[in-house]
Amino acid sequence: MKTAAVNVLAFGGGFVIMSLELLGGRVLAPYFGGSIYVWGSIITVFMLALSAGYLLGGHLSLKRPNLRKLGLILIVAGVLVCPLVLIAEPAMGWIFDRVEDPRYGSLLASLVLFMPPTIILGMISPYAVRLLVKATEESGRVAGTLYFVSTFGSALGTLATSFYFVLWFELNTIVAMLAGALALLACLAFAAGRAE
Amino acid sequence: MKRALLLAFGLACAFPAAEVIHEEPSLYGKILVTREAGFLCMRFAFRSERRRQSCIDERAPQKMALHYTRMMMASLLLAPEPESILITGLGGGTLPKALAELLPDARIDVVEIDPAVVSVADRFFDFRAVGNTRVFVRDARVFTRRALRDGNRYELILLDTFDGDYIPEHLMTLEYLQQTRRLLAPNGVLAANTFAISRLYDHESETYYRAFGPFFNFTVRESANRIVLASTAPLPDNLALRRAARSWRQRLAPYGVPITSYPRRLDRAQRWNRDRRPLTDQYSPANVLQRMD
Repeated sequence: MKTAAVNVLAFGGGFVIMSLELLGGRVLAPYFGGSIYVWGSIITVFMLALSAGYLLGGHLSLKRPNLRKLGLILIVAGVLVCPLVLIAEPAMGWIFDRVEDPRYGSLLASLVLFMPPTIILGMISPYAVRLLVKATEESGRVAGTLYFVSTFGSALGTLATSFYFVLWFELNTIVAMLAGALALLACLAFAAGRAE
Repeated sequence: MKRALLLAFGLACAFPAAEVIHEEPSLYGKILVTREAGFLCMRFAFRSERRRQSCIDERAPQKMALHYTRMMMASLLLAPEPESILITGLGGGTLPKALAELLPDARIDVVEIDPAVVSVADRFFDFRAVGNTRVFVRDARVFTRRALRDGNRYELILLDTFDGDYIPEHLMTLEYLQQTRRLLAPNGVLAANTFAISRLYDHESETYYRAFGPFFNFTVRESANRIVLASTAPLPDNLALRRAARSWRQRLAPYGVPITSYPRRLDRAQRWNRDRRPLTDQYSPANVLQRMD
């Protein structure tokens, strides 16, 4: 039960990360265009955020790790996704008016909008590894399985968003769905934590 | 789809055996310069090697070689002597070059995202940003927003931004067209180059309609392009169009633009499915929609 739940959470985390990254281009284009540096900014920020998230998640896993805390991480991530719907327009307008160079404008906008939720999403994987590892000799296998599950989630998140979601839903609806999915995953974490 | 294939086949037959004379590396996909049956053409190698972005007839370089370029000149029927012109998408520079010759006092701003296109236009297509013509290397959406903020206005705006596929998604949305409309001076005119046959046709038409109200749909049988002609003023009647065409006929003759045949092809009817959803910044799956069939 616990193993299955943690794998589902890792999968969901991976899915949301790449779905968000893909939407990033759409969110920024009305203000910063479709130049190559817009994607450069987005990918840079996601990589930075994930690296920070891995570090933080690893540290947090040292202090009495449990599923409920992982649930809290997911809640925080879900909350931090919401500004994309609520303040993206005014935030980008503000940056556009102050930063002339669209390279740094798009970088700054990516930092403001995508850095916070992605840092938190990056915490899921190392934390999940800690929850499932029981002995040193199996740690590589556990980590490998979780990487597989979360990266597979990322692949599906990319595919689903670019092929279907943008065709069926508005941008803000997709972001709201991602926040909702994170909340559902948090519920799963709490439920599995209670069953423990 | 079948019509598109037939048309592509027809074009391939009309311009046989293209010889690649230059390949310019670019961040946005390779740019090819080809020579085919006396025509020098710029192509974006990305995906479709067939599609020509811009061509010049080497024996008569002043003549506009492609239908859509000639068709874009129909905008002069609505804006007879524009003093300020914005062109998005440079290509081989055919349009800015011709307009600078025809309207030497007009200020012409060209926006092009790809610096490699600017250098190929200079090296092979004899386009230079001299006199009143300026080229800005940036995204058209960013340029438009900045120009609005700076209080610039244009009497004529020509939208011609294409990548290897079609028009980039963020340059097809209602918000972008509304911004472009605001960038027009009073009685300003917009001409946009689009495709007449595509899955997007209804969506695109509805988007233009929401931004500009009634507009002229301009197509010719020989071309797969559709030019949207819109204005911030009410559309002129047929008499005014014919009068404008007559006054331009002589000056446009060296460019091979059959301007007097254009007024009767300007269609103001809304011949598209008006239930289609307009493209917006929130909903713009343009390139996904386009490939579905």
